[in-house]
Amino acid sequence: MFHALADATRRDIVRRTLDRSFSVSTLARGYPMSFAAVQKHVAVLERAGLVTKQRRGREHLVAGNPAALRTAHDALDQLELAWRDRVTRMDRLLATDDL
Amino acid sequence: MPLTNVSNDAAAKTVTLIAEFDAPVDRAWQLYADPRQLEQWWNPPGFPLTITDHDLSVGGMVRAHVTTPDGQKIHAYWRITAVDAPRSMEWEDGFLDDNLEPNPDMPLSTMRLTLADRAGGGTLMTIVAGFLSAEAMQEYLDMPIEEQMRITVGQADALLR
Repeated sequence: MFHALADATRRDIVRRTLDRSFSVSTLARGYPMSFAAVQKHVAVLERAGLVTKQRRGREHLVAGNPAALRTAHDALDQLELAWRDRVTRMDRLLATDDL
Repeated sequence: MPLTNVSNDAAAKTVTLIAEFDAPVDRAWQLYADPRQLEQWWNPPGFPLTITDHDLSVGGMVRAHVTTPDGQKIHAYWRITAVDAPRSMEWEDGFLDDNLEPNPDMPLSTMRLTLADRAGGGTLMTIVAGFLSAEAMQEYLDMPIEEQMRITVGQADALLR
């Protein structure tokens, strides 16, 4: 869970499934790893809410969740901005020690 | 700028920042350990913070309120979950309800601070800030107080460009 998007394969799965959904087996053919390994990556992304899985016949179709991805990016961008600002204020406060 | 690296991880719901200060670790730690200093940098200008409780032991609470430009008081807290002064600390950051108890319906985030000696003197500070759930991220985006503070941050950024 904690490194779901830090992995290049998982990032690629999210990118591909934002355009259209793919079955796990179709996805698995695109990577140099076992079906089980790709299945694990999909499970990690599903737990993080970044993709959804839907059963169709004998297959599971994986679809990216653009709303969840956007919320995550927006919230993290804002949190980042808040902390960038805090670091600037910390630095200024430390600088007053020398005055 | 003291910031040397920033990275986001959407699936982990975390932001990681690394900053360098010329001050040694003991001095940098005081930014957190001294409530009067913490009050000076935690919030943007115009949102003064008043810290009323400040216990940085494991399980300890920091209670504070921010006064908004329209005079509203909003109560918030930290709950310390791990500490190794002056090197590291982990805490939850959330809001308090009307009884000044942690409000589970408001966005909750977690912070992890590490202070390390920089080669040749000074401090390397690492902050990992993250949300506990997708809901917490949406609530954070929707909260009026956070929105007001973001506008302030945006204005400061615009002035510095």
